[in-house]
Amino acid sequence: MIEPILSMRRVGKTHGSGAQRVDALVNIDLDLMAGELVAVTGRSGSGKTTLLNMAGALDEPTTGEVIVAGENLATLSKNELARIRRVAVGYVFQQFNLLPSLTAAENISLPLELDGMKPEQARKLAEKSLEEVEMAGMADRYPDQLSGGEQQRVAIARGLVGPRSVLLADEPTGALDEATSESILKLLRSRCTAGAAALMVTHEPAYAAWADRVVRLRDGRIEGISERTKTPLTTADLS
Amino acid sequence: MGLREGLLCLLVRGDAHGYRLKSELESATGDTWQVNIGQVYTTLQRLERDGLVVSAESNADGQIVYTVTDLGREEVRHWLATPVDLAAFGRDEISLKVLMAMVSGASDPRRVVEKQRGSTMTLLQDYTTLKAEASDDLAWQLYLDRLILSAEAELRWLERVEARLDGMPHFEVTEPTESKVTEPVEVNR
Repeated sequence: MIEPILSMRRVGKTHGSGAQRVDALVNIDLDLMAGELVAVTGRSGSGKTTLLNMAGALDEPTTGEVIVAGENLATLSKNELARIRRVAVGYVFQQFNLLPSLTAAENISLPLELDGMKPEQARKLAEKSLEEVEMAGMADRYPDQLSGGEQQRVAIARGLVGPRSVLLADEPTGALDEATSESILKLLRSRCTAGAAALMVTHEPAYAAWADRVVRLRDGRIEGISERTKTPLTTADLS
Repeated sequence: MGLREGLLCLLVRGDAHGYRLKSELESATGDTWQVNIGQVYTTLQRLERDGLVVSAESNADGQIVYTVTDLGREEVRHWLATPVDLAAFGRDEISLKVLMAMVSGASDPRRVVEKQRGSTMTLLQDYTTLKAEASDDLAWQLYLDRLILSAEAELRWLERVEARLDGMPHFEVTEPTESKVTEPVEVNR
């Protein structure tokens, strides 16, 4: 049996106690398999970003467990958690978060070098990753020489560089126009088809619809999951 | 649009026989409309009866070629110039279901919204997949855009219904229990 690349088991997160107690997440069960693009939707305050933070070891659950690439995060030390954040999962945010004083390639290679990788090897991986997001020719440009869509492509390349296979994306199309958003979603889809897995928070139904599964949160709970039809529709179904 | 308008539009472009009209209509609508050849011939006969087209003697292959008349051209111009009257379509199944849930007390309308949203989202996912894989066929792409935007609009409306219901006192479900069949299916791997 194929193991999920990311697994959340009865994950809960509570803030405060007594009358001030807020259940941000309640009993979340969610598996992410290699090749899958999963969207998380729901209204503001429904727990979308909290869920993403749990999946990326940025926050600890109050109950339940999160397993990333076969490792139960609860059993790891601080250093080991930092390693998971560096080598197993990548993040993409609405605001791209690229360092302005570094080129596209350096933005990708620096974290690898900080992790002890030799500069030449890090550069090689960065170039390969840029190639995969169709940005090979722009490796030496600085973020302010790139459009919003191009910066997000670099951020995705950084998120999926080297051994990383899980991309956590928080409103990755938030700052982009419609056509650029679609090209970013197409890219995410194709990176997933190539073997990565992505968990993407979005409030736009049209963007969530690019996912294989759409998880809908309501008050910290999974209200429902809609899945693409396995056998795709054909023109005949629509006539 | 009926077959009548479809055939007339194609005949305005040029003379054609029934079978060619059938295949042209299918390709012009991105293959979203499969027409029956028998219906094509019956409709052409009616158009001729009404003076909108004329037929020639059958050609060497035994096919009858049709030509649009001035009256037929006028009919096409008029049809294209008239906006589709959405009000004439009347009832909308989803809104009616939500409204009836509110008046009947047989189910919490929030549940109706929740289930509909899941189902419409699946449809939107399927359309989006089709769009991502779509060929360069412009007619097909335009049709898919239309389906996608409609599904999106429905999801936004459901979102609004939910937000409005949240501000209301809880709906009392007076019927004993909901049918097991309508329990939401958790699709969880």
